[in-house]
Amino acid sequence: MSLSAQLELQLGTLDLRAELDVQPGELLALLGPNGAGKSTVLRCLAGLAPLDSGRITLDDLVVDDPERDTFVEPEERSIGFVFQNYLLFEHMSVLENVAFGLRARRTAKAVARRTAHEWLDRVGLAEYAQQRPSALSGGQAQRAALARALATNPRLLLLDEPLSALDAGTRSSVRRDLRRHLSTFDGMRLLVTHDPIDAYALADRVAILDAGRIVQTGTLAEVTAHPRSRYVADLIGVNLVTGMVADGVLTTVAGAQVVIADANPGPSFAVVRPHSILLSRAPAVGSSARNTWAGVVADIDRLGDRVRVGIDGALPLTAEITTAALEALQLRPGDDVHSSVKATDIEVYPA
Amino acid sequence: MPLPVLVLAVVAVAFFALPLVGLLWRAPWSSAWQYLTDDDSLTALRLSMVCSLWATGLSVVFGVPLAWLLARVEFPGRGFVRALCTLSMVLPPVVGGVALFFALGRRGIVGQYLDRWFDFTLPFTTAGVVVAQTFVAMPFLIITVEAALRQLDLRFDDASRTLGASRWYTFRRVTLPAIRPALAAGAVLAWARALGEFGATITFAGNFPGTTQTMPLAVYLSLETNPEEAIVLALLLIAISFAVLVGLRDRWFGRGDRTVTTAA
Repeated sequence: MSLSAQLELQLGTLDLRAELDVQPGELLALLGPNGAGKSTVLRCLAGLAPLDSGRITLDDLVVDDPERDTFVEPEERSIGFVFQNYLLFEHMSVLENVAFGLRARRTAKAVARRTAHEWLDRVGLAEYAQQRPSALSGGQAQRAALARALATNPRLLLLDEPLSALDAGTRSSVRRDLRRHLSTFDGMRLLVTHDPIDAYALADRVAILDAGRIVQTGTLAEVTAHPRSRYVADLIGVNLVTGMVADGVLTTVAGAQVVIADANPGPSFAVVRPHSILLSRAPAVGSSARNTWAGVVADIDRLGDRVRVGIDGALPLTAEITTAALEALQLRPGDDVHSSVKATDIEVYPA
Repeated sequence: MPLPVLVLAVVAVAFFALPLVGLLWRAPWSSAWQYLTDDDSLTALRLSMVCSLWATGLSVVFGVPLAWLLARVEFPGRGFVRALCTLSMVLPPVVGGVALFFALGRRGIVGQYLDRWFDFTLPFTTAGVVVAQTFVAMPFLIITVEAALRQLDLRFDDASRTLGASRWYTFRRVTLPAIRPALAAGAVLAWARALGEFGATITFAGNFPGTTQTMPLAVYLSLETNPEEAIVLALLLIAISFAVLVGLRDRWFGRGDRTVTTAA
């Protein structure tokens, strides 16, 4: 019971050749820049863009296989789709929007409305049931779209840039809500985003798409710690530190402390960019960096003219320095090293 | 506001207002009620209403699918088909009537079979009036609805499909409601055109009181026999059209912008 897809499609200038799979209960984030073909991947899976060749198998059912002349229409696939701008039907109430999928599948009106009410309750929109979608805020519209997509109980949920239509001020809280609602859905989830923060906050596994090709897949921890290319490193190769924030300090489960600048208390995750970490042989003295951690060099990866230095310690980190800096420091695996980061260089998001 | 624009605009308003003023000025107000309620007038009015509403209905039933085809389906010769189906807008209506005659008349390419197999002839019947009016009115609905369909975001159809709706269900429940304002506008335009139809009607259906003599025909003919009656009937036609245009404008046309949703 899973999704496996070999996608091949020429669409305009896009040459898509991508292979991906999603396991039951898993949330895979498909990450890549605009124009990489992310939305097209979702459209292929939903049946809105038929493949040129390849095969899509959903729960042992082949839904698209041009070589065998198999194509299951979008309405026959057990898929929920949350579109980028949510695409709520403006001529219907919020309730009718959520009930739409059930009505289209010939569920009795009373049953469809009751189910839709339950979904609106679940996503906290009960009081908006009779409103038009235009009365909803961006975050509420997203939850309504999510409820509409899930009301038909699909096996696979597709989310196309669910946070990109929101302004920066609300994105963080909507992301946290989305995470909560997504965790109650036990089917497969595939989320497309260009923002690594979405992947950090929501995904179990990530696949990086660049110009129609998957360039790396793996668990979030693997890919962020060990990007296989310069491109992936720049896109997603950061240090993710999760823990509890209190009094301007984030404390990890292992007890490491990270001083941060202005963040709300509570469970959070911090993003420490490898290039903002300063490495030194001796603890920095009289520095403006509020964080200094002692550690041991674990591994050294060269990616072009940069070097990624893996550091073990209470707070495992990856730092990125130039080859010139590496030669000056003469670092080798096993050496003691001190890492410093300014509090203002650390981004913190609610988890 | 630039003065030349204002002056020209005022001239344009006067151009439309003066004929109306002329009619009002010459109207025989004391005997108006008598002209309006006389049998011939009422018969023509009733016939006009019945035929124009039928023509509007047929325009909607056939025009909406045609507009959808022109807006949504890529096929060779689409431009040609669109031109063909809206030709009667620019054609002199009399020419349209003559053309209809050679298509659906007793000796026409289709009409001869209607006559031979079903003993049915269209010209000079009330059904003929409806056909003539539909012929000139439907293009107004087609172009209005096609424009609205082109402005619709196709991704709403996609959203509907992913929710389990068939193409037909999507058309009825998503596409049609979204173009409702344009559909109403197109239907009103088509109806107004059908109501005012003269040339194609008189050519194809003739001028028989009770069966094919609609209001415009009655106005034209009474102009020779009884100009006062013509003025009263003309004013009645104007009043009906005016009331419908003004009345529907706020209810339907004003909301048109809401249905056009574009992608970010």
